[in-house]
Amino acid sequence: MSISHALASGMGGIRTTGDLVARMQLRKKMRLPQAKQYVADKLKIGLDDLADSTVMRTLREELDIGVITAVPGARKGIAAKRNIAELLDVEVPCLRRL
Amino acid sequence: MSTIRTRMGDGYVVELTPDELRADLQAGCADAVKRGKVPPLEEAEFDWLYELFAYKGRIVGVEPGHEVILTKDGSVNTLYSAQLSSGVGLPLSREQCMRVFERAFCFDTMEVGHPDYSYKPVKPIVALEAVGVEQALLTTIFPVFYGAMPNFGLYAQPDGPFPNPADLLPRGQIEEARAAQMEMAAACKADMLYVARHMAAVGADGINFDTTASAGDAEFLATLETVEELAATTDLAIEVGMAAEFVLGFHGELAYKGTRLAGLWPHQQVKVVEQAGAHLFGPVVNTNSRRSTPWNVARAVTLVKECSRVAEIPIHANVGMGVGGVPMFEVPPPDVLTRCSAAMVEIGRVDGL
Repeated sequence: MSISHALASGMGGIRTTGDLVARMQLRKKMRLPQAKQYVADKLKIGLDDLADSTVMRTLREELDIGVITAVPGARKGIAAKRNIAELLDVEVPCLRRL
Repeated sequence: MSTIRTRMGDGYVVELTPDELRADLQAGCADAVKRGKVPPLEEAEFDWLYELFAYKGRIVGVEPGHEVILTKDGSVNTLYSAQLSSGVGLPLSREQCMRVFERAFCFDTMEVGHPDYSYKPVKPIVALEAVGVEQALLTTIFPVFYGAMPNFGLYAQPDGPFPNPADLLPRGQIEEARAAQMEMAAACKADMLYVARHMAAVGADGINFDTTASAGDAEFLATLETVEELAATTDLAIEVGMAAEFVLGFHGELAYKGTRLAGLWPHQQVKVVEQAGAHLFGPVVNTNSRRSTPWNVARAVTLVKECSRVAEIPIHANVGMGVGGVPMFEVPPPDVLTRCSAAMVEIGRVDGL
């Protein structure tokens, strides 16, 4: 069931920008259009690129904010989230523990 | 005459004529309008829903650019747990399951939860749960919630310490039943706060209260008061997911900031949840298993559309088994499940699922 929803309607998580848009909903209570625009502006991309895995696979590696494939040397886990926090100018609570 | 293959609310296949499909869509919407006192769908929306169900392809989706954010109640129990959580019993740890949801299923967020997915049983083992959240936060990139249910019934005898309102009410002991519910509410709130504060301390991105108001207005009140306190004292993102479309007045005389809780529908529930300070709201519309999926979907999106319209916080509609138009069956079929998904986004105008 989860996979069906992910394929039908989901943004795609770290494959694209789903985790980033989600953070704007969680931290700032942004409705979806506002959250998408915020992330698009921060990444300097168009709204159509937000859920485009072809665009985002390369961009996420350039920005070092975590990529979907297991690339040696690319930031993962909490290290990637540190870059995400800086990029989006948003708090990621677990970073306070570092 | 060619027929349209779809399903009933119990998951079994049914063939509808085009006229029957249109009639079911109209009737489902009309039922929502009557019960919820919300506006009906527009003609163009009925046409869209008709095309959705008439399309012969098995799998459908939203238009590119209309994708939404996924949150999930029940945590990763669907992978490693048993039938009690519709789980498939994989020999995987919770940490492994979190990574599967992030990288194989490409979810946008996920939550850590206990197999016994309620706040009361979690309280004595909160250290284990908090460590689970900590370790997930270290190794994953997407936002991590901790989730559980208030599950009010656990506080009443024989499972809990307080007299059971379900026993008192049939005996006409109304005041005793109300008093018991208030004691249950205080205990439930204390447990939820205790667990949530531990999750805030380890840096969780959020906390999820799933199936809120399953036992009616007293449980809803306990959750709202918990949300209010957490919103004021922690930096947790707070998600409130409902149990049903309508808040049962099991107590009947409870209010939150002047709004009576009994009888609230999704577009009304969201306003008190917003007042309490939550970040996400998950409305529920219950599936009628004796009606077709088109009937159920039209009804669900009519109610949720109004909820989305009035909301000031993101709306993540529930589209699991038996809710949001999805058939009430252990293994919801993807042909109608993807239709429920797309309809909730394109017509329901939700911010997530």
